[in-house]
Amino acid sequence: MSAVLESPGTPPPAPGPEGPGAAPSATGRRGVLAVLVLLALLALTTLASLMWGARDIAPGEVWAALWSPVDGDNDHLVVRDLRVPRTLIGLVGGAALGVAGALMQGVTRNPIADPGLLGINSGASLAVIVAISGLGVGSVGGYLWFAFLGAAVAAVVVYGAASMGWEGVTPVKLALVGAAFTATATSIITVVLLTDQRTLGEYRFWQVGSLANRPLDVLVTVLPFVAAGLALSFAAGRVLNALALGDDVARGLGQDVARGRLLVVAAVVLLCGSAVSMAGPIAFVGLVVPHLARVVVGPDYRWIVVLSMLLGPLLLLVADVAGRLVARPGEVEAGLVVAVIGAPVLLAIVRRAKGVAS
Amino acid sequence: MTTTTAVPVAAPQQATEVSGIAASDPVRLSARGVHLAYDQRTVVHGVDLEIPPGRVTVIVGANGCGKSTLLRALARVLRPSRGRVELDGEDLQRLRPKDVAAVLGLLPQQPLAPEGITVADLVGRGRHPHQGAFRRWSAADTEAVSRALALTDLHDLAARRVEELSGGQRQRVWLAMMLAQDPRIMLLDEPTTYLDIAHQVDLLDLLADLNETSGTTVVMVLHELNLAARYADHLVVMHEGRVLREGAPADVLDAECVQAAFGLRASVVPDPVTGAPMVVPAGRRRGRVA
Repeated sequence: MSAVLESPGTPPPAPGPEGPGAAPSATGRRGVLAVLVLLALLALTTLASLMWGARDIAPGEVWAALWSPVDGDNDHLVVRDLRVPRTLIGLVGGAALGVAGALMQGVTRNPIADPGLLGINSGASLAVIVAISGLGVGSVGGYLWFAFLGAAVAAVVVYGAASMGWEGVTPVKLALVGAAFTATATSIITVVLLTDQRTLGEYRFWQVGSLANRPLDVLVTVLPFVAAGLALSFAAGRVLNALALGDDVARGLGQDVARGRLLVVAAVVLLCGSAVSMAGPIAFVGLVVPHLARVVVGPDYRWIVVLSMLLGPLLLLVADVAGRLVARPGEVEAGLVVAVIGAPVLLAIVRRAKGVAS
Repeated sequence: MTTTTAVPVAAPQQATEVSGIAASDPVRLSARGVHLAYDQRTVVHGVDLEIPPGRVTVIVGANGCGKSTLLRALARVLRPSRGRVELDGEDLQRLRPKDVAAVLGLLPQQPLAPEGITVADLVGRGRHPHQGAFRRWSAADTEAVSRALALTDLHDLAARRVEELSGGQRQRVWLAMMLAQDPRIMLLDEPTTYLDIAHQVDLLDLLADLNETSGTTVVMVLHELNLAARYADHLVVMHEGRVLREGAPADVLDAECVQAAFGLRASVVPDPVTGAPMVVPAGRRRGRVA
């Protein structure tokens, strides 16, 4: 009988509303509730992002600026030309980063994976450096295509190298090759920056990750890529649920493992490439957001993807707004604030997970 | 105590009706001149094997003899470098993965349970081949999961997290996942590893019951020769990538066979409980025991 008894120290059965055999729909109920709550929070944060900044603008004025702007009204100008673009870029970029992180953790079965692991961020950074230093490109709109190209090349190189050998792409090989690529790209970047002061100056502002001063055109350009990436990621949830059980189990369940991985990585490249191109290499959103989603809905990737799509923009916008408030009238870039907010959140999740897994 | 896996006997007929395949259609799985290689190293050299439908086949052999590799090929996980595995006469590699998965279930040696997953959710993932990007959870899925939980006596644990369970319970959860998949042939790679003797017998009894009540073909790799001989209808002994002998355990397992397959001197006597052949190793130090 001993093996049937719980070992001492094992926590009691998980509470939660799941009844026997009804777990899929119980997860569904929690998911739907979470989606509604997050949509409400996202609406509030969006409003805050339009209202607060170097100077505060009342909700009524924001409303007027959006629907019946008055020419020459300074507040309306601020809302329309500055705050609307950065808010939209935050929403879209955050969704892309959050989902890309969830997909990356799923495909590598690695809880500390983030989109940067594929070398996408360093590839984009390297390409931007080349653009600034070698070709004299000097605008965010100009960086965009270089960043995207760099991200795509990095992903192809890393995935291609990781797929050599008879067993094809494995999570471990993907992580190792990605790390090697990142290290190489980073050292090249450092060499260029050390020898070229002017490039350093321009690159700094791109590299830190910010939503400010990015023209709306940037968003319009990447929107189709984000849309394609999000569409793929809805199909990816099912694939990741199978892959999570191990390659052999997934194959036994009829999942084409190689094709599934390719689908997921393609989605990551589209999403992460778009986000990097728009806002620079913002770290941490892709790492923290999937863990938050998991706390709410458990290990079902179909739901993790959906919640990450809402949690990502929420985190990024909160960081952006906070960054404007702490250093008024100046501001702290969102990429920096995210790390400050995200680290304690991640710590809390790790502590909680330890207690559960015993 | 070994009564934890009492199997409700009510379910056998349902099991085959849901999948739409009549119990009378046996699905034939066979290997024809199968060679298997990891990278450049060939592990299995030209195996021909007919899996008897509706029976329990057990593959045994020394470590590294290629038995697990062969099982993975039978499950379509590994592509033969030469020869082919056939499902009802068709090349397994040419069938769609999803169609294969509707007939063949695989329980590999070390499956991964996602952190925090509940028993019911993990069993539900066995429905993967029956779902699509647009076909979501259905009443048939719920029914299949519920039946799998009942057959493995896991209903009371359905809402528990898998990581809280004991090794024996966990192995039953994986078995239930495969049952929810509703396959006609179950392939299991050393399903009793890490289980104590009582739970080994429990699990094998459960598999034998499932085989008997629903006619599901069982193919498994086992290390324990005596349990293999007791539970197998058809015993396959492998040695260095080839089938050494196969047939009913009583015909196959003798001292000569054990010597050839494992390099072990042993006496083979009738099992006092079942009469199946029982291997008693001679070893080098039997003098001390006597």
